[in-house]
Amino acid sequence: MEISRHWRLAKQRYALVGEVCPNCEHKIFPPRDICPDCGEEAQDLYQFSGRGEVYSYTQVQQAPTGFEEYAPYTVALIKLEEGPMLTAQLTDMGKRPVSIGMPVEMVTRKLRSDGERGMLIYGYKFRPAIAS
Amino acid sequence: MPEDKLLRPNRDVGIIGYGAYIPRYRLPASEVARIWKGENFKGPPGEKAVAGLDEDVITMSIEASRNALARAAIDPTEIRAVWVGSESHPYAVKPTSTVVAEAIGAVPNTLAADWQFACKAGTEAMQAAIGFVGSGMAEVALSVGMDKAQGRPGGALEYTAGAGGAAYLIGTADRSLVTIEASYSFTTDTPDFFRRANEKYPEHGERFTGEPAYFKHVTAAADEIMQSSGLKAEDFAFAVFHQPNAKFPTRVARSLGFIPEQLKPGLLVPMIGNTYAGSALVGLTAILDIARPDERILMVSYGSGAGSDSFIFKTTENLIHRRELAPATLEYISRRTEIDYATYARYRGKLVSK
Amino acid sequence: MTNHQHGSGDDVVIIGVGMTPVGEHWDTSIRELALQAIKMARGGLAALIPDAIYVANMLAPALSSQTQLGALISDFAGLRGVETLTIEAAGASGGSAIRQAFMALKSGLAKCVLVIGVEKVTDGVGTDVDSALATSTDADYEAIHGITPTSQAALLMRRYFYENDAPKDALAGFSITAHQNAITNPNAMFRQGMQPVQYLNAPMISAPLNMFDAAPLADGSAALLIARADAVPSGLSAPMVRIIASSLASTTLALHDRPDMLHMSALESSVQQALEMSDLRLEDLDLFELHDQYSILAALALEAAGFAPRGKGWELARNGEISQSGSIPISTFGGSKARGDTGGATGVYQVAEITRQLQGLAGENQVADARYGMAQCIGGVGSTAATHILARIEP
Repeated sequence: MEISRHWRLAKQRYALVGEVCPNCEHKIFPPRDICPDCGEEAQDLYQFSGRGEVYSYTQVQQAPTGFEEYAPYTVALIKLEEGPMLTAQLTDMGKRPVSIGMPVEMVTRKLRSDGERGMLIYGYKFRPAIAS
Repeated sequence: MPEDKLLRPNRDVGIIGYGAYIPRYRLPASEVARIWKGENFKGPPGEKAVAGLDEDVITMSIEASRNALARAAIDPTEIRAVWVGSESHPYAVKPTSTVVAEAIGAVPNTLAADWQFACKAGTEAMQAAIGFVGSGMAEVALSVGMDKAQGRPGGALEYTAGAGGAAYLIGTADRSLVTIEASYSFTTDTPDFFRRANEKYPEHGERFTGEPAYFKHVTAAADEIMQSSGLKAEDFAFAVFHQPNAKFPTRVARSLGFIPEQLKPGLLVPMIGNTYAGSALVGLTAILDIARPDERILMVSYGSGAGSDSFIFKTTENLIHRRELAPATLEYISRRTEIDYATYARYRGKLVSK
Repeated sequence: MTNHQHGSGDDVVIIGVGMTPVGEHWDTSIRELALQAIKMARGGLAALIPDAIYVANMLAPALSSQTQLGALISDFAGLRGVETLTIEAAGASGGSAIRQAFMALKSGLAKCVLVIGVEKVTDGVGTDVDSALATSTDADYEAIHGITPTSQAALLMRRYFYENDAPKDALAGFSITAHQNAITNPNAMFRQGMQPVQYLNAPMISAPLNMFDAAPLADGSAALLIARADAVPSGLSAPMVRIIASSLASTTLALHDRPDMLHMSALESSVQQALEMSDLRLEDLDLFELHDQYSILAALALEAAGFAPRGKGWELARNGEISQSGSIPISTFGGSKARGDTGGATGVYQVAEITRQLQGLAGENQVADARYGMAQCIGGVGSTAATHILARIEP
C-alpha cells in the first residue's frame, strides 16, 4: 500500500500547480525545482490554467495493474497553453474522435485506487473543452 | 423565541458563487425497463445522468466548486468552511471535503466536514454555512450537495437514481449574486428510506415515502417559511423542490399554489434523474442561470429520515454578468452520451470482476 | 580509416559468447537460465576466473521478487566470492553492463570480466508484467496515468506519422526484415517469417501501433567473457572480436519533458561518442544491431545515428537497405522483434550476435565480409542509450 508518495503530490495532481522560474519566467510542469530553460532555482508555485491541446494520443488496451477496470482508455501528451507538456488520460470523450491539436481542459478525476482497501488516488485528466 | 420559527443569522448573507456539475452519460429509463420488464414493456419516460468510471462525489464536487469559485471571483483561501453533503461519499472514513478543499486551494485554514442526511445533506450544509457566515465566524463558506446515487438492480430506484449536484459559496449579502431572505428546517423521525451500514443499496417504504414522508415535510417547511415571511406563491418567480421523480414536486407545488411555469425551469429530474443530495440544489442552479434581477425563489429540500430545509432567495444585479463565468447547468445537460444497460452496469460497478 | 589491427595490451576483446534460445522457459529458473549462457561463454575456459561479474537485468525485482542477482548467479555458476553486481537501465541494462566491463578492463582493475544478460519474464502473469514494464517510465508523472512503454511508443508513432509524410505501412519493413532474418536463427522465438499482408491485417495493440510493431517479451540469457588483450589465454577455439568503442548517454526519463521527442538525443550522442572513440564513420559500419523493441524506435534509431535524415528512417526499411545484403543490415538474427525481446538482456544478445558476425560464424545469417558492427540498446523510449562498436580481428 502506498500513501505518502501520492499525498505529497496532491497539489500538483489535483489542481495542476507547478512552478515558475523567477529568473526567466519559464513555466514548469511537472515541478522540478531547477528551471530547465535557464538553470536557475525555480520553486515559486504557479497555477496553470488547465487549458491545452492534444500533442499525441493512443488507446491503452492492455492496462497495467490498477488500471484494468478503466481499459480501454486514452492516454495523451498534452501541450499546456503555458508551454509545458505532460502525460495524462483523456476522459469524457463520449463518441467524439480524438485528434492532434484538439483543445482540451483539465479536470480532476480518479486515477486509480491503491487496491481494494487502499487509498483513492485523484489527479488531472483532460477532456474536450466545454463551451461557456 | 420569535413568533415565527425561521432561522435568523446575525447579519444578512447570500450566495456569492454557484456551480453545477452533471456527468455526461445518460441511461434512459426505458433501457432499465427493457432489462427488467421485458422488450415489449413501455418504460417510464425520461433518463438519468450516470457518472463515468473515473467520477465520484469527490471529483464531481471539485468541478462544481470550481464553477462556484469562478463565479464568485474570490481567492479560495477566503473560504473558511468546506462542507459536502452526500449519501455516496467515496470513503466510509476520510472526509470528501478535505480532498475538495485541497483541490480548490481552500486549505489549511478551513473547517472541513461531510454531511449526511439522505437527500437533504446538501441543503443542510447550506443551512450551516448561512449560520457560519451569518454569525460572523467566517466571511465565506462552501456548501456542496452531490451524489452518485445507488439503486438496486431491477428495483424501483434504478430508473431514477442519478448523479450530479451543485456547490454554493455563501458570503455576506453585500457581495452576493443572490441574497438569502429566510431559511427554516423541519425534522421528524420518519424511516421512509434508509441504507444500513455496509449495505450497497438502500431500502425504501414504497408508498410510505409519499404522504407521511415527502409531502408532510416539504409542505410543512414551505408553509412555515412562506407564512412567516408573509409571502404567497405568486410572490415568487420560481420554486424548486426535492425531485425524486417528476410527480412529487409537481403535486406539492400545485398544493402550495404554484403554477407549472414557476416550477419548470428547476425541474431537471426528467433529464438527469434524482441526484439525491444534489437534487434541489442543481435545480436551483438551472434557475439562477436564467433568472432576472430582483426575482424571488423558493427552494425546499427533502431528506429521508426525515426532514426538509426551506429557503427564500432574491436575485441581484450581480448575478447577470457573473453567471457567464462558468458553464450553465443546461450546458452540462446537453453534453450527453447515451449508454446502454451493460455500460451502465459497468460504470456503476455492478459487474463483479474480483 | 584507422587501422584497428595493431592491438595493444589494454585492448578489450570478447573471448567467449553464450546465448540461450529466447522463448518461454517454463521449467527454467532465472539462475538456471543464466547458467546455461555462462557455460557456453566459458566453454573451454573454465580455468579462467573472471575478476568481476556484471549481471544485466531489469525485471527480476518486480517479477521474480529477486535482487542481488550478482551474488545469486555467481554462486550458482560456481564462481562464489567474485566481485559481482546487477546493472539496471531498463532496456539499456545489457549495453550498460558491457560498458562497466569495458571501463573495468580499460582501467586495468580487472583482467577478465563476465557479463550476463538475463531476463525471466514468464515468472509473472497478466497485468503484473505490464506494471513491471511500466516501471521504466516516470512513476509519479507517467505510470500513474496508466501509461506503458507500448503506449509511449504508440504516442511517438502517432506523432511521427503526423509530422512526416509516410504511408500507413511505412514501418512494416522493420518487422518483415526481422522475421525474415529469424528464420535461420535457432535461438529465435519466431522462425516462420511473415508476409506484408500480415502487417496490414494485424490487430492494434495501442493504435496506431499494431501487434507486428511490437516485440514479444520472452525469457532468455546471453553471456560474454571479455578480457584485456594482455590477459587472453592461448588456444581459443573461435576468433576474438575487439570492442573498440563504448559509450552511454541519457536524456529525460519522462517522454513529455523532451523538447523534441522525435529526436532521440541520447541515441544520437551515444553514437557520435562511439564513432569518435573508434575513429570510424557511419559508412564504415557493416551492420547495426539497434533497439527494435518497437518498429518506431528502429526508425528513430536509424535517424538518430545518422543513417537517415529526420522522418526518413522508415525508407531504409522500405527499400531493403536494412536487410542482410543492404547498406546497413539491422536485426541480423531477428532482433528483439523476432528473436524475442529479453528486456535487460537485449544489449548482451546484440553484442553476442555481432561477435558471431565478425567471427564469420553467423551461418546463413552472415553479413558478407563484416568487419565492423555497432550495437545500441536503449532504456525506456530513449532515456538511456548504450552503444558499442566491435571490430573483427584479421587472422
